[in-house]
Amino acid sequence: MTKTVLSVDDSASIREMMAFALEPRGYRVVQAEDGVDGFNKMAANKIDLVITDLNMPKMNGIEMTRAIRADARFDGVPIVLLTTEGQREKMLEGKSAGAVGWIVKPFDEQKICGIVKKMIG
Amino acid sequence: MGSPESTFIQEAKDHLQILEEVLLELENTPDNSEHVDAAFRALHTLKGSGSMFGFGELAGFTHHFEDAFDQLREGRAKVSPELIAVSLDSRDHLASLLDLGPDTEAPDALRAVGDVLLARLAKLKGTPIKGTAEGAHEVPAPVSEVADQNVPSRWFISFSPEPAALKNGFRPDLLWDELAQLGDLQLTCFDDRIPALEDLETGECYLRWEMELNANVPRDRIEDVFIFCMDAEITIKTLDEEAAVEDLNPAQGVDDPTKTPDKAATTPATATKSESVRVDARRLDDLMDQLGELVIAQARLKSISDTLDDPRLETTVEEIDTLVTGLRDTTLSIRMLPVSMVFSKFRRVIRDLSVELDKPAQLITEGGETEVDKNIIDCLTEPLVHMIRNSVDHGVEDAATRKAAGKPDMATIHLSASQSGGEVLISIKDDGGGLNADAIRVRAIERGMISEDQEVSTEALYQLIFEPGFSTAQNLSSVSGRGVGMDAVRRVVDDLRGSIDVKSTPGQGTEVILRLPLTLAIIDGLLVDVDGDKFVLPLSSVEECVDLPESENQREDGRTILRIRDQLVPYLSLDNLFGYTPSAVERRRVAIVKADGQRVGLVVDDVLGQLQTVIKPLSPFHRSVEELAGATILGDGSIALVLDVNALVRRASSTLIAA
Repeated sequence: MTKTVLSVDDSASIREMMAFALEPRGYRVVQAEDGVDGFNKMAANKIDLVITDLNMPKMNGIEMTRAIRADARFDGVPIVLLTTEGQREKMLEGKSAGAVGWIVKPFDEQKICGIVKKMIG
Repeated sequence: MGSPESTFIQEAKDHLQILEEVLLELENTPDNSEHVDAAFRALHTLKGSGSMFGFGELAGFTHHFEDAFDQLREGRAKVSPELIAVSLDSRDHLASLLDLGPDTEAPDALRAVGDVLLARLAKLKGTPIKGTAEGAHEVPAPVSEVADQNVPSRWFISFSPEPAALKNGFRPDLLWDELAQLGDLQLTCFDDRIPALEDLETGECYLRWEMELNANVPRDRIEDVFIFCMDAEITIKTLDEEAAVEDLNPAQGVDDPTKTPDKAATTPATATKSESVRVDARRLDDLMDQLGELVIAQARLKSISDTLDDPRLETTVEEIDTLVTGLRDTTLSIRMLPVSMVFSKFRRVIRDLSVELDKPAQLITEGGETEVDKNIIDCLTEPLVHMIRNSVDHGVEDAATRKAAGKPDMATIHLSASQSGGEVLISIKDDGGGLNADAIRVRAIERGMISEDQEVSTEALYQLIFEPGFSTAQNLSSVSGRGVGMDAVRRVVDDLRGSIDVKSTPGQGTEVILRLPLTLAIIDGLLVDVDGDKFVLPLSSVEECVDLPESENQREDGRTILRIRDQLVPYLSLDNLFGYTPSAVERRRVAIVKADGQRVGLVVDDVLGQLQTVIKPLSPFHRSVEELAGATILGDGSIALVLDVNALVRRASSTLIAA
């Protein structure tokens, strides 16, 4: 069955890069441009993995992580944070919000694909 | 939509623009920490994404640039004029690096510029920065243990996930698969954490595992497998020797926790960001073209339906009519962009000019949210730069003169936009010396534009500054003359079917107002008839329609002035102007239009009504006829010419002056 990754980022380039990396490998990529959009797409699609940016308008990545974790419908869906170096505090906050991991920018196609495979096979 | 790279380039441009706005804001309000944060965020994003999309040099340079703002954020440095100056230059350097395109090495000259900037940045910081000639940006490498010479071969791993692990999407089976790929794995599962049934929460993870891995791998290879098990208690030790117990949680690739806490995403008020989908502008143009054809086809359908007199057809046509109008409005609104997009560029222009000319000047903008068709915005930038330059260069007096006149040292250029009906008004207003009508008159006589004894109103004199060749090399700037390239401004505005008004008060300043249509492609028009031929007047310039009093028809003294509600309005007869045989129609009508800020009547045989007009360009041969803005196809398939009211009135008054 096709696995679906939700890419939440206010930078379209990052979302497109996710799609560019993952779609040829048989994943479906759903894009969302902020936390609110991400949460709504979560509800509207069957998502297997969430990869989210931290800083976003409307609702940031950590708030979205909290919202998803508080909703029993999404139990078992892992959330991975996209961070840049030096965001340690945010990462720990993300962890307590219920994220399972993080990816430090810059990253490339291989790194993303490796992580996605590790998370959802 | 293009590749992720092209999207990145577009985003990077946006970030650079925000950066510029923020830097200019900071120059005025050095203590505004929000602006410092915004600048830092823009740089941080550029750095993070740059190297991913093949802009390594850009990312490398940004790394050092960002440092300067990091220091500001932490209060270790203060905003200084030199910081703003070097930051603006650095921003420009980033723009140049971006222009190179992905995976391109910077030419030596550009690199040299970068090194000079880095040196300046370093000087500000008080610490030397290594040159980034190689563009490598010094992201700390993930901490990894150097592979030991005698890598242990037997590992013991104990792993106890937190209760919420499964809920958070943890998949132990995938971990075992990965470990098994490293070597021989013995796995034991313990259920000793499972509570009594009454305390058991379904969905929680109570299991824990212990494993023995026979693999010749360094410790960090195993840690890698558990990189995402943030919630777990993990112990990894070699069975070859009792190694220290390590907690994996503070994972690799992480900096000092005290560094760069990320603030919530707030953008300064000036840097507006709108959520959007990026669409290739050409597609919008195509959409517009097709919509234009649809509007024409709809008009034809309507005229056929009118002749058939079938109620079913009529209802359908009406319904389609509503839909087409809705589609038109939506499509037009997609093409609308806020004027602030061009406005923001001018702050830099003013800043650089005021430094260059040593005239302190500030820009105040208003109404940046006013929306205009994208194509118009694209055409506007250059003329506006021209006019703003003129304002600072010629409009604003030098410091001594300002002082003598009791004005503040700092000159103010007011740039504002507003919408009025189907038009957008853009005003550029300075508090300089104002236009000198006498000097303009002298110059116009010199140039043979008017005759020496001719009476010309002040407004008409002001309009002369937009005539080609009015003023170029010789400047009138000591008396605040203008005209450097103003004819170019007028040409662009004419092409956009707009008009220019000038208001000026000696000693107090000058205001130039551009009136532009909201959109170019489809306009509302007024269809008129002259001797059986159809013409379209842009509805936005029509103020009202009145009957031509019969007395005027018989008038032979050549006076062409109407009195409308106690106001005198000069009028022109289109039959006369276009060389038709004088009209024999008894009750003619007058469309009162606004041209170059003046009310003028256009006499026509009949006013046929309002219509949506899709403007088609004329053939190259006819394009030089300034009075025609284009042509349009009517519902019955015939063609009507669209008049450029401003050009028409201008030509008429110049021929009248000549005669």
